[in-house]
Amino acid sequence: MSDLDELYQSVILDHDRSPRNFRELAGPACRAAEGYNPLCGDKVRVMVRVEDGVIADASFLGSGCAISKASASMMTETLKGQTVAEANRLVERFHRELTGGPAEGDLPRKLVVFRGVTAFPMRVKCATLAWHAMRQALEPATAPDAT
Amino acid sequence: MIRRGLVTQPLDRITPPPALDESRVRADFPILDRPVGDHRLVYLDSAATAQKPRAVIDAMSDFYFRYNANVHRGVHVLGGEATAAYDRARELVRQFLNVPRVDEVVFTAGTTAAINLVAQSWGGASLRSGDEIILTGYEHHSNLVPWQLAAHRAGALLRVVPLLADGTLDLEAYERLLSGRTRMVAVSHASNVLGTISPVAQMARMAHEVGALVLVDGAQSAPHLPVDVQQLNCDFFACSAHKCYGPTGFGVLYGRQELLRRMPPWIAGGGMIEQVTFDATTYAAPPARFEAGTPAVAQAIGFGAAIEYLQQLGLDAVWAHEQALLRYATDRLSEVEGLRLFGNAPMKVGVLSFVLGTIHPHDLATVLDAGGVAVRAGHHCAQPLMQHLKVPATVRASFGVYNTRDDVDRLVEGLAEARQRFGR
Repeated sequence: MSDLDELYQSVILDHDRSPRNFRELAGPACRAAEGYNPLCGDKVRVMVRVEDGVIADASFLGSGCAISKASASMMTETLKGQTVAEANRLVERFHRELTGGPAEGDLPRKLVVFRGVTAFPMRVKCATLAWHAMRQALEPATAPDAT
Repeated sequence: MIRRGLVTQPLDRITPPPALDESRVRADFPILDRPVGDHRLVYLDSAATAQKPRAVIDAMSDFYFRYNANVHRGVHVLGGEATAAYDRARELVRQFLNVPRVDEVVFTAGTTAAINLVAQSWGGASLRSGDEIILTGYEHHSNLVPWQLAAHRAGALLRVVPLLADGTLDLEAYERLLSGRTRMVAVSHASNVLGTISPVAQMARMAHEVGALVLVDGAQSAPHLPVDVQQLNCDFFACSAHKCYGPTGFGVLYGRQELLRRMPPWIAGGGMIEQVTFDATTYAAPPARFEAGTPAVAQAIGFGAAIEYLQQLGLDAVWAHEQALLRYATDRLSEVEGLRLFGNAPMKVGVLSFVLGTIHPHDLATVLDAGGVAVRAGHHCAQPLMQHLKVPATVRASFGVYNTRDDVDRLVEGLAEARQRFGR
């Protein structure tokens, strides 16, 4: 498989064409954060509903390339049902995977497709954009005393 | 021979210019020999930065190998040689832009620095509350944000000339915007996204009628057509060396001498003074007044070599070559299903911005790059224009002297592959 095939695997193209959880999420238990890459103009807004420390729902909206959309789409799928602490760990884990940091623990199987992005250093920010936003959206929950 | 006045009367040409010898020109650029993956490099990003001919690389190496020294200071042999080469570069720039006097050529760190110099020095001293600055709908951020800063400080206002559907300026709207409040018209000579060439001479005439000055951002025009600041009738003209086949980090500002003389210093330091005491300083005459610090000697020499290279090719021939390529590429791209081209002005430089179906420009550029075709994807530092076009980004292919029809064919092949891969 060429690097390009590795990057644009069918699962990524599928999530780009039909992004999951691509909708507004609003309500009392909802939090949102925006990710913006001023270099390319890509914008993503991620939203989560946290109930009893668990992510009950997650969604996103925005415009971006196939990599950033698929990454946001699969992120929302993966995070649903996780505790905030688990989600934060996964956000860090995903970031390390793509930036070549020390990897501890396994990446969920469905996210392994994003390893192909590491062959394209100029595109890593596309894949991590939504995850950076998610880290922000989850922040208040990890430090409830600060609010 | 460089024929002036090309910009406003390109169709009046009777004798065809000498054609560029494609294989000889390509052989002048060592980087074109490198492969990208398994492919020959197809470089279609000259609007971002042009590749460098051996003559430029050699001139700069030669300076460092043989006569590196500071200029206008020591009395030693190396200093003398460096100073002579550095001063000669200014004269070459004078000829390149047909500037009347060599002391009207200010060396800067690039187009951006040149525009900031005028916006801060001239703008800081001259702009008053209620004054107006006119820009156009296709300005690069570097000819927009410096004016926003200057306007904000002075309480002045920005006015924007809207675009017509083909990517040309709405000159009737421009005429309505001009008034006794207009102090400056800052306009791109050529749009870095649409390629549109602005009718600068006409716009300058209209601006001068209301007493306004005109600054021309020539970053995208100077490499592609003969520039004559006297024929353009502008008050300031800025361009960058690196887009003209010279080094990065260097550019020039042309300014009319009576304006430069009235402008206060911008960046202060060595080399820009006349006499200094702890109480007061008197400043050197332009251009030195605006060139504090040790200058970019190697870059000036490199730019000089780039200008000589362009003059050797002949800017008439460069223009004709790139225009023929632009016509060919426009035809080829218009055959690509689902391709939407932005900007079809009758007068364009070799810049083609487009989107293909619903494929995001970054994905398209990545697929093209995998085939060795280097293009730019993004907002091209023209976010207000992207908002006007209602797209977040475009793909941009842009030409230099070394591009060929074969390069265009490779681009079109890459687009077909992308369509197949993304199935849309």
